Amino acid sequence: MKQEFKIISNLINKNTRVLDVGCGDGTLMEYLKNSRKIDIRGIEISKNNVQKCLSKGLTVIEGDAEKDLLQFPDGSFDFVILSQTLQAFLTPEIVIKELLRVGKKAVVTIPNFGFWKVRLHLLLKGTMPITKNLPDEWYNTPNLHMCTLKDFYNFCENRNIKLDQSIALKNEKISTINKLNLNIKNLSAELGIFLIER
Amino acid sequence: MIKDLGIKKLIIDKPLKLDCGQTINNYSLAYETYGSLNKKKDNAVLVFHALTGDQFVTGINPITKKEGWWSYAVGPGKAIDTNQFFVICANVIGGCMGSIGPNEINSETNKKYGTSFPVITINDMVNAQFNLLNFFNIEKLFAVIGGSMGGMQTLQFVSNFPEKAKVAIPIACTASHSAQNIAFNELGRQSIMADSNWDNGDYSNKDKSPDKGLSVARMAAHITYLSKNGLQEKFGRKLQERDDLKFGFDADFQIESYLRYQGSVFVDRFDANSYLYITRAMDYFDLIKEHNGNLSKAFENTKTKFLVISFTSDWLYPTSENKEIVIALNAIGADVGFVEIESDKGHDSFLLNVPKFLNTLGDYIKTAYLKS
Repeated sequence: MKQEFKIISNLINKNTRVLDVGCGDGTLMEYLKNSRKIDIRGIEISKNNVQKCLSKGLTVIEGDAEKDLLQFPDGSFDFVILSQTLQAFLTPEIVIKELLRVGKKAVVTIPNFGFWKVRLHLLLKGTMPITKNLPDEWYNTPNLHMCTLKDFYNFCENRNIKLDQSIALKNEKISTINKLNLNIKNLSAELGIFLIER
Repeated sequence: MIKDLGIKKLIIDKPLKLDCGQTINNYSLAYETYGSLNKKKDNAVLVFHALTGDQFVTGINPITKKEGWWSYAVGPGKAIDTNQFFVICANVIGGCMGSIGPNEINSETNKKYGTSFPVITINDMVNAQFNLLNFFNIEKLFAVIGGSMGGMQTLQFVSNFPEKAKVAIPIACTASHSAQNIAFNELGRQSIMADSNWDNGDYSNKDKSPDKGLSVARMAAHITYLSKNGLQEKFGRKLQERDDLKFGFDADFQIESYLRYQGSVFVDRFDANSYLYITRAMDYFDLIKEHNGNLSKAFENTKTKFLVISFTSDWLYPTSENKEIVIALNAIGADVGFVEIESDKGHDSFLLNVPKFLNTLGDYIKTAYLKS
């Protein structure tokens, strides 16, 4: 999703140190490197993807974010990015904690399980929702901990995690999420993008 | 520069103070080069060889008449493309392919050194090879690279000379030789020394050689370079040119015959004393202890771009030990990439035709050069 990359890029200051957690084949890393002139590193669990990243000249290490973020010292990055990966972790709570330890700020994007099409799918069909952002069946999805925008918003508030920016994305259209419109955005947005800090 | 038998030698007149306390003077360093140094002198790649390697990285080795040890990775159009890069490789000191070592003549006694040769370290090897930069008038290497003991030299090189290489690629190696690896090396050394022909290391002055001991050392070591699955797949319990077991101690199984062959061809090209010296150097290698338990200190303020590569089936230098290097580098914010390549070829994977490894290595080096 190009629009997601653009928003992430706008949230990240130039000339900073950035870590992309679960960087995949490095598409976002390359985009950010070109648009923001940043020093960007990646960590990725799939060997094939790591090989693709290294072939592109990107600095990526093969590793599991749930174990291997430990090697990075506190505050060693200005920004840590977690793009549509949080739901795939065994312990998202610990991962968020690690992101905010390693990074001064974190950008977290979340496919919204509260999106009306998702809700309608479950309500009418009675089977696990399959949409553009959630293309897998229940038995082969990598997603272990789906959440809604509202879930994540509340999660941050309950843990005193500062929500610097909360952005909703629907059909490439951007809007801001706040306390008042949270229920509506939770229904209308496909993706949430959050800039958070401790 | 002296050329004999196709071996190029650099005579280094700058004395080298070794870790053991002794100093060597006017010593020879045998080397080979591939490709050509460009006008900007920014395309030089220094390759470090492993325990039984030599300076003949690729093409036909003029001494053994066999393919160079890294022919899969280095050459025209290969991962380390000699159409693009100027590849330099030197025989380590202590070796037996023209560099100063136990099999060379000591000018003071006019006899071969044998075990009177001083014990050398990875640090000494690297310090000796550093002279190649002056010789070729190279201010900064594009890359230093090597697998196994070559990887150890790569790490030692960037630690000793942090400004001298843009890229460092240590492969299938460790920052600190493990007890298991010291144990295997000791097995090899004891095998050589148990051969009566070894004669306290003086065999070369008496026109004999501990071939049996050296070949057993090679056989044992060879097993450690492969993986259990790789061996099982290649040999299984297949019999050697016979239909049934012979109830004797001949090589019934193909794996036995294979190992015997590996041992017998090795003694034709390698010196037993060199084997003792080089394995000792590997055992002494401990970059962690050298930096008081903090490996990161070995690379403080480094601007070098690192790529660490390990292999899934390498149990001699396992991924966990390679990862220690990555962790130490990440702890200081160094530019380090890391990948573990899937392969069932064991530690030897880096020397063999493993396309995922060769492609990743080749693409990485080319892209890094373009962006440098």
